[in-house]
Amino acid sequence: MSEQPPPVQVAGTPLLSVRNVRKTYPVHGERAERVVLDDVSLTVDTGDVVCLIGSSGSGKSTLLRCLDLLEQVDDGVIEFEGREISDPRVDPRDVRRHIGLVFQAYNLFPHLSVLDNCTLAPRKVHGLGRAEAEARASELLQRFGLAEHVRKHPDRLSGGQQQRVALVRALCTEPKLLLLDEITAALDPELVGEVLDIVRDLADAGTTMVLATHEMGFAREIASHVCFLDGGRIVEEGPPQQVLNAPVEPRTRAFLRRVLPG
Amino acid sequence: MTDDRSTWSPSERERARRRTRRWQTTRRVAAASLATAVVVGGLAAAVLLSPGWPLVRETFFDGFHARESLPAIIDGFWLNVRMFLIAEPLILVLGLAIALLRQARSAWLVPLRGLAVVYTDLVRGVPTLLFVFLLVFGMPALGLEGVPNSPFFWATTALVISYSAYVAEVFRSGIESVHPSQLASAEALALSRGQTMRHVVVPQAVRRVVPPLLNDFVSLQKDTALVSSVSLFDALFTARDYANYNFNYTPYVVVALFFVAMTVPLARLCDWLARRVARRERAGAL
Repeated sequence: MSEQPPPVQVAGTPLLSVRNVRKTYPVHGERAERVVLDDVSLTVDTGDVVCLIGSSGSGKSTLLRCLDLLEQVDDGVIEFEGREISDPRVDPRDVRRHIGLVFQAYNLFPHLSVLDNCTLAPRKVHGLGRAEAEARASELLQRFGLAEHVRKHPDRLSGGQQQRVALVRALCTEPKLLLLDEITAALDPELVGEVLDIVRDLADAGTTMVLATHEMGFAREIASHVCFLDGGRIVEEGPPQQVLNAPVEPRTRAFLRRVLPG
Repeated sequence: MTDDRSTWSPSERERARRRTRRWQTTRRVAAASLATAVVVGGLAAAVLLSPGWPLVRETFFDGFHARESLPAIIDGFWLNVRMFLIAEPLILVLGLAIALLRQARSAWLVPLRGLAVVYTDLVRGVPTLLFVFLLVFGMPALGLEGVPNSPFFWATTALVISYSAYVAEVFRSGIESVHPSQLASAEALALSRGQTMRHVVVPQAVRRVVPPLLNDFVSLQKDTALVSSVSLFDALFTARDYANYNFNYTPYVVVALFFVAMTVPLARLCDWLARRVARRERAGAL
């Protein structure tokens, strides 16, 4: 955006910094709370690809939703470009302008065509003209093999195509950080590849990403950093070779034994 | 993942954030109160300071006439309530039946399907008041054996006919809004068309159309006052009677309050029902 200064990234300030984040949900009918995230800390630098792994209910999705301010944290600090975004005085929309989020169930708008899905935010939030927004969206859609579907409505597409559209929709706002919430979990195995290919391209192009995934092989291939979550805590983290090939924690080992074939 | 409140206490930063949030809430409440005071105060001032207010207060808001007319109005209003309580269930049943007929795919039901379409198209086009006139004056004139002649009976019938057409369309829009995948999964379980409607489609449809149905109910409650035009002693007719004798319109305001008192609790009940369903079925949906 022209009216915004380039990110003032002081040397040494990470793009995203999560410190001691806690998130609880009230349990219906009880006084006790369920702790979903417990003392989670994480640092993401520009160009990093952070993979969150762990079983269902370990807190991966909640963490991503907290990063996009869709959930309010109960303690701890989240900083984006050196500014605390967990402060109640921060307008969440200011933050979300620069962060993209892709959901497991695509969440495309069924009443809008593929092109309109992709140009809605650039036009209404980022102030682009229709022509410019459509040019940018068309270019991305074409690059991801969706050129022939531009005028169709999402329900006419396959799951893999829909999820690629959802990725394009998130990318059209040129986010500085892309959050991917198990984006292949709802897809047929044969459609997973076409979505992961895009994510791989994005990683190669230096896109900063935090993704929750069940695809261990993929995580090993593209991650710069892997975090294993269990019971709302980051139990083990480090480079993929270390966490996925030579885990230290018994819980990580047990989890990998369950999900890795052989 | 159990409760560990005993071991956890909020950090200084979190306590500061909570203070900020409390302060934000206080400010929002203050702004809302101020806005409400300005709007309500402004409206009240506009009415109370208008030049004709003393006269209006005398003719429309007179305590004595309100008390005097009250017993007769209560009697009259009971007729409106009775009419509504009888008509409403009939309308719901008839409306749903017509909507289902329009969705029927059985070959034998084709003539009824056509009839349902004609019924909704025709009945919706005729003013409700006209139905009241036609039935109340026309049906007894036919002199049929075994058919009641009471205006109350025929006025209620007129309301049922008129409103069942509206309600049928409301049900139909609900039925058509249920996603085709629901039909497919019911068919895949080998449910018959009727079973699919009964157990899968209609329950979902009804939930979606509760707000527009409520709209029609409220409208019906008010339209029971149409029977005052065929000289049935309902609340409105009673009020008009009183007003004409005493040259004071206060009874009209009293009747209006009675109708409001009946519709508001119904609206709150529907809101509560909708919230309960949402809590049960959308828990945790993101």
